[in-house]
Amino acid sequence: MIVAEKKPIEEIIEEVKDFEKILVAGCNECVTVCEAGGKKEVGVLASALRMYFMNQGKQVQIDEVTLERQCDHEYLEELRDRIDQYEAVVSLACGVGVQFLAETYFSTPVFPGVNTCFMGVTEERGVWSERCQGCGQCILGKTAGICPISRCAKRLLNGPCGGSTKGKCEISKDLDCAWQLIIDRLKELGRLDDYECIIPIKDWSTERAGGPRKVVREDVRQ
Amino acid sequence: MLHAFEKGADGVYVVGCLEGDCRFENGNLRARKRVEQARKILDAVGIGGERVQMYNLSSGEGPRFAEVAVEMTEQIKALGPNPLKKAKARMAA
Repeated sequence: MIVAEKKPIEEIIEEVKDFEKILVAGCNECVTVCEAGGKKEVGVLASALRMYFMNQGKQVQIDEVTLERQCDHEYLEELRDRIDQYEAVVSLACGVGVQFLAETYFSTPVFPGVNTCFMGVTEERGVWSERCQGCGQCILGKTAGICPISRCAKRLLNGPCGGSTKGKCEISKDLDCAWQLIIDRLKELGRLDDYECIIPIKDWSTERAGGPRKVVREDVRQ
Repeated sequence: MLHAFEKGADGVYVVGCLEGDCRFENGNLRARKRVEQARKILDAVGIGGERVQMYNLSSGEGPRFAEVAVEMTEQIKALGPNPLKKAKARMAA
């Protein structure tokens, strides 16, 4: 899922301090799971903003809504008949949702309420870590299900490097060496021979480095 | 907790079981973390985080509960009323 973190409230206040009718819009998917932008966080932010503005002596209407997702037309349409009441929206969706909301409701300013970080997993409640960078050329079948693009600091395709020490990466003793993890897992799977196959030079054009990307499926397009 | 302050509460205290004695294992520990979060938010919006406190008591500690109630009341009296009350009154005038 996409992992995000709440923006500091001071930053959000600075973004919306001049508006008098604000909608705080959450998302029921990834940001709910990483406890940054779901219904609960919408409630907390809206309450905090109401108290802040009241304390400043300003009459500001702060409403709340949590959509199923903000990255699909169908769910954003649910705002169609009420969006014009608001001068601004604070979207707690990931960067994808914030942008799609802004594209859909062109004349309403939309401000982000979270910082979107990465695609990752819930290791345990309160701890999320990166697993995928969307490089567009998945080689997880060759690396025992562990991604060297997102988990190796140097993104080596044929690691480890000389800095790998006791299973840890040289950039931090808290970071596992991805290639140590790969080798250990290949051993466990009885597939250590795969390690001997050199992975060829990566075509980075499918990664973000190749420019903003799009996937088109003519077979499902209407 | 935040809604209570929004509606004009001067203080909120949360009482949980003694640490290690929670029937639900860690409900009181989670509550403490939420109280800490609420304090940070109340500080950031100018209400004052010291208006919310958490105490750990056993349900058998009646006298201690009364002590805590008095302690909290004194603390809140010293802090004065919720600033939102004055703000609302000014806006209504």
